[in-house]
Amino acid sequence: MEKKYWQSINAYKAQPNQSLFEKQPLKEFTVDGLDESEVKGKSSRRDFLKSLGFSVGAVALVSSCQMPVRKAIPFLNQPEEIIPGVANYYASTFYDGHDYCSILVKNREGRPIKIEGNELSKLSKGGTNARAQASVLNLYDDARLKNPMKDGQNTDWETVDREIVAKLNALKGREGSIAIVTGTVISPSTTSLIKEFVAAHPGTEWVMYDANAYEAIRKAHKAQTGEGIIPFYQFDKAETIVSFGADFLGTWLMPVTFTKQFNTNRKLDKDKQNMSKLFVVESNLSLTGSNADERYTIKPSEEAAVLLDLYNKLAARSGQATYNGPASPIDTSEIADELFNARGKSLVVCGTNKLENQLIVNAINYILGNYENTLNTRQPIMLSQGSDEAMLSLVQKMNTGQIGMLMCWNVNPVYDHPQAEQFIEGLKKVDAVVSFADRMDETASQSTYVCPDNNYLESWDDAEAVRGYYSIMQPAIRNIFNTRQAQDSLLKWLGSEQEFSAYMEQYWETKIFPYQSAFAGFRPFWTQAKHDGLFDMEVESTNFAFTPIELKAEKPSDAAGFELVVYEKVAIGTGKYTNNPWLMELPDPVTTATWDNYLTISIADAESQGLLQEDVVSFGNGLELPLLIQPGQAKGTLGIAMGFGRSGAGPVANGIGANAFGLMQINKGLKVANQAGITLENTGKKYQLALTQSQHTMEGRNVVKETTLAAFLQDPASGNEDQKYKEKVAATLYPEAKFDGFHWGLAVDLNSCTGCGNCVISCQAENNVSVVGKDEVRRHRIMHWMRIDRYYSEDADNPKVYHQPVMCQHCDNAPCENVCPVAATNHSSEGLNQMAYNRCIGTKYCMNNCPYRVRRFNWFAYINNPKFNFNKNSDLGKMVLNPDVTVRERGVVEKCSFCVQRIQDKKLNAKQENRKLEDLEIKTACMQSCPGDALVFGNMNDPESKVSLLMKSKRRYRLVEELHTLPSVSYLTKVRNTSKA
Amino acid sequence: MINTLVRGTFTAREKSFRQVTDDIARPTYSNAAKWWYVAMGIATLMLLFGLWAIYTSIAVGLGTWGLNNSVAWGWDIINFVWWIGIGHAGTAFTIFLIVFRAKWAAIFNRTAEAMTVLAVACAGLFPALHLGRIWLIFFILPYPNTRGPLWVNFNSPLFWDVLAITTYLTLSLTLWYFGMLPDLATLRDRSKSKIAKAVYGFFSMGWVGSVKNWIRYEAMIKVLGGLAAPLVISVHSIVALDFAISVIPGWHTTILPPYFFVGAIFSGFAMVMTLTIFIRKLYNLQDYITIPHLESIARVLIFGSLVIGLAYLTEMFVAWYSGWEFEMFTFLKNRATGEYRTAFWIMVFCNALVPQLFWFRKIRTSIAWMLIISIIINIGMWYERFIIVVSSLSHTFLPATWTSYSPTIVDIGIYVGTFGIFFTGILLFLKYIPSIAINETKAFSKKSSH
Repeated sequence: MEKKYWQSINAYKAQPNQSLFEKQPLKEFTVDGLDESEVKGKSSRRDFLKSLGFSVGAVALVSSCQMPVRKAIPFLNQPEEIIPGVANYYASTFYDGHDYCSILVKNREGRPIKIEGNELSKLSKGGTNARAQASVLNLYDDARLKNPMKDGQNTDWETVDREIVAKLNALKGREGSIAIVTGTVISPSTTSLIKEFVAAHPGTEWVMYDANAYEAIRKAHKAQTGEGIIPFYQFDKAETIVSFGADFLGTWLMPVTFTKQFNTNRKLDKDKQNMSKLFVVESNLSLTGSNADERYTIKPSEEAAVLLDLYNKLAARSGQATYNGPASPIDTSEIADELFNARGKSLVVCGTNKLENQLIVNAINYILGNYENTLNTRQPIMLSQGSDEAMLSLVQKMNTGQIGMLMCWNVNPVYDHPQAEQFIEGLKKVDAVVSFADRMDETASQSTYVCPDNNYLESWDDAEAVRGYYSIMQPAIRNIFNTRQAQDSLLKWLGSEQEFSAYMEQYWETKIFPYQSAFAGFRPFWTQAKHDGLFDMEVESTNFAFTPIELKAEKPSDAAGFELVVYEKVAIGTGKYTNNPWLMELPDPVTTATWDNYLTISIADAESQGLLQEDVVSFGNGLELPLLIQPGQAKGTLGIAMGFGRSGAGPVANGIGANAFGLMQINKGLKVANQAGITLENTGKKYQLALTQSQHTMEGRNVVKETTLAAFLQDPASGNEDQKYKEKVAATLYPEAKFDGFHWGLAVDLNSCTGCGNCVISCQAENNVSVVGKDEVRRHRIMHWMRIDRYYSEDADNPKVYHQPVMCQHCDNAPCENVCPVAATNHSSEGLNQMAYNRCIGTKYCMNNCPYRVRRFNWFAYINNPKFNFNKNSDLGKMVLNPDVTVRERGVVEKCSFCVQRIQDKKLNAKQENRKLEDLEIKTACMQSCPGDALVFGNMNDPESKVSLLMKSKRRYRLVEELHTLPSVSYLTKVRNTSKA
Repeated sequence: MINTLVRGTFTAREKSFRQVTDDIARPTYSNAAKWWYVAMGIATLMLLFGLWAIYTSIAVGLGTWGLNNSVAWGWDIINFVWWIGIGHAGTAFTIFLIVFRAKWAAIFNRTAEAMTVLAVACAGLFPALHLGRIWLIFFILPYPNTRGPLWVNFNSPLFWDVLAITTYLTLSLTLWYFGMLPDLATLRDRSKSKIAKAVYGFFSMGWVGSVKNWIRYEAMIKVLGGLAAPLVISVHSIVALDFAISVIPGWHTTILPPYFFVGAIFSGFAMVMTLTIFIRKLYNLQDYITIPHLESIARVLIFGSLVIGLAYLTEMFVAWYSGWEFEMFTFLKNRATGEYRTAFWIMVFCNALVPQLFWFRKIRTSIAWMLIISIIINIGMWYERFIIVVSSLSHTFLPATWTSYSPTIVDIGIYVGTFGIFFTGILLFLKYIPSIAINETKAFSKKSSH
């Protein structure tokens, strides 16, 4: 028995025989909720261990329920240029084999997060397009390959290199057994490298191949001038522009450059009272067509007849040879008059890849004296050098088994070749196919080796989009994955130890540096070139000689059925961006459709065929697509966008729409993007398109105000007459808000906006705007902070089109502000209508009370939600997020902030440098890269600021002025250069 | 028996006080009928459907509703306004009874007030659920906090709503409960089971029926009635201000507050009519809720219908008279002849035309007709709110932003769920509380000292 220790004399005394009365309180006192055995002795130690175990277990359990801890590891060695919270900008070049612009890459904490236009560039002049803006998201695409592949299996570079070099060596004896297919290469140093490779492997064939080609322009010039060039078009110098199906503002050749050029001649102010006149003759209603002053609709097969008719009219006037041809379906006399009056200051362009059409176009430009005026042949465009014939002959060679190794670089012929079947057949007869694709695309998945190329933001390269205008591409981030720049692969296989960056530097030192005189040494020159991202070189003049040759025009097709036109969509291009959710959700500037592929049909044809919008029809070789009834579509024609129907682009793209490349025709060795004799069959199925707009006319409201040039010259306020009255009668009981210091405002020139959608994507990238997917767009829940409203007016068969960018109007008397019960949206002292996301409880009252409908609600959690499996649901995709902008939670309202983070950034800079903010120093994301310079942001309190000057324009008006919401955003009337009112 | 000059005699058969108590209190101590269990089962299923819908809304997001960027309020606010309107009858009856001493109203008072409490509770659910972040709902309350200068926005009608509805709910609940005290005491005294005795005893707050009790009671009822009187006007006017304060054509009109008030009385009375028709049949209360009683409601409905019809015409006229294109579009085109014409004409038919049938005495005194018309009125009043909320929001100033709206299963679920709340509440009320105020009935009967 245990010894019992007494603690007090009472206890000692009480022990032998306790009475019931005495015992009770004692027990109560000592026990304290536990019985005796638990208080003392061995069992209490066991219990201690038990409870210890329980508590440790509980703590472990509870703590394991916490959010996973994510460690932010500080730099061991702080890189010199990276200051947390401060952005770095690197000059670079956006070129994807098709589209070109000079850019600045905005880096935060080592990650590229935004593309900005490079204002030093003489070509793109600070403009970008939606594709360039969205290209940063391609860097963070989960579908990118993470390793080199062999026969569809991950492998390492050593294996790939060893095996490919062995194969190359084995093929050394077989001349002409190696072929390299690339997209158009405009890089001088890469060209030099490929040539070196070809020299090291004699007989190697290098074929350039474009998915959407403009080769006929080169061929026509070859025939007429001896030089197979694409002249550098000068839309800024042209007073009369005629486009035959060339969507030069949207997709044709260099849309950013051309939009910049075009708009310099469309701006109107006190000093400049004239603008160019744009005629568009086309089948689909393109972005350019939607900006036309006069637009004619024809079938594609009628184009040659119209062109020849126009040529004959002009030739007759200038005493040149005329040629017999079929009658023109449209009256070209107005075009001819205007062109003739603007001789030497006019420009005719044509987007059709047919030799005879381009020959006529060149002849017209020649007899108008436009060469060397509006067409620069000394500095031609270097884009689109692909040769369809060379590609076709290569396919034949592959099929005959002559090719031992095929390298596909920046091309995807399995997907986009019109005769893809034959190409695939040919591929099977090639021993080794090497693809440089960045993903398992259609071609890569049929290749032996995939040597994934870097994203362009991880690469070194240069570009000469127009002769003499060089720009530099430089990496803004180290390779994210185990990829390697294709040039480095080639160097490696050549047995060189050099890296391509060194190779390129060497090239510049030897080939480009000598042509300049500003710098004495190469180092400073090279540093400056990398800093600017640009170098412009004087180009020697060449002898230009034009030899007129006989022109002919084919008879318009009389085949029954429709003529189908395959066109390039502004957003996704030839299919390179189909896996980019930003671009997939960018509403088409004309149809406002997102996400889908569809067949456009004219109103008259839909009626006569008894077809309705969204009826699914089958056509071609069993393709099925829904119909979209498109005002302005030429009667008897259909339009289909290329770039869809992909199977190897990634989860966002795959399986959407139909592949239209198979509908292209090979005509005399040229890919022609149309086909006659298409019949439609109603499948009886319906498919709901994701359109962002369901009402297409202005219902007689003064939403977009318009006037004609003639009326504008008489009265600059024409079309805007009611503004004066509305301002006069505006009455309020309350004093108007006063803003000391800054009062931010934005002016939108509707005459400069082409509706290209660049600002929408720029805003999306800058402000972390969510992608919501097809279903949510159908429910009208698109999140874009900035939208471009599109309206039609007048003749439904060939309507006038209006594009109107609408963002938060930052009303000084904002209806949204007074209705929020928790004051989550309120007015800043600088006139900004601001949102406190943390305060928002989501009553949505502000959305209802916004007359402009610019507020957006987070209907679902768009981040970390597998139902919205876009970039915000992937760790990689989230790297594109701008750390300066809050990612909004489910249930809050969001909207345009006038890029308040940019305002604050520049204000802070000025303060640190102890100086005043300069006008135009702050540029909102939409304004910065606008290729049309349609948006001007600034301080309205400064009477000299550009925005203030625009606010004083007689063309200026505000949306729904009579509500007296006092928006800070103003619009300038659209002026159409047309004689018809 | 009440004899009035205009409305005639109210009680068909004379009853003794004991009989009155027996008749009215019977359901509280007898076993519920079969229909009660069936009805309760259905109501519970509706409630469960509603709970699922509410869970989905909160857990997944408001994206499960049919709303979009342009139409950010839909069935949530339609049903909110509709329920608030239904609720109005209770307070209106209280005013009639207490302020105007309209004796015939006594018979409806208890049920109508129960309806008010339940309907306001149903209504209040919607503004809470329509929040994107319901978990932060306390932001809307003006309480001292540590967020510095962050305070509620007193300019916002939504904040006025919060005050109006909470006040209204509190007052209706108090009034309803307070008016029940003598009856609860009666039940306490009559109950045989111990539990019932205890519960009724607790809730009757020691009522003994002394003179002192009665004096205090009468005084208090008058005070509460007096307080409730302005509320009946203010609540729905404030709800109307949610719309009238905005800048949206179709919402921004000064007619809305009186128009909403009358609409509320109108729909509330129709709902009382529907319910009491069932109650008198199911509980054999035909001797108390007589045809003349119901006829009185029908007369009020004629009046309401005329005012509503006039409001519709006034709106159209003012829109035309304003000459403002947006107003004209909203009323004359969008609503009357445009996309919403079906709903618009259903509304006019149900609210302005059908109730005119009550001009005929035969229809006014026919239970079947009254039941049908009262239900038609509440359908019409739902369409009125639909027209106001959706047609205005979906087609505002910029045509590019026009959208259409349709509800989802979750929207429907929440609406059905509120019916579940309402009906389970009403059924419990019928089972445990006398549906007619026993003391008032006695007070107004012939043998009373009045």
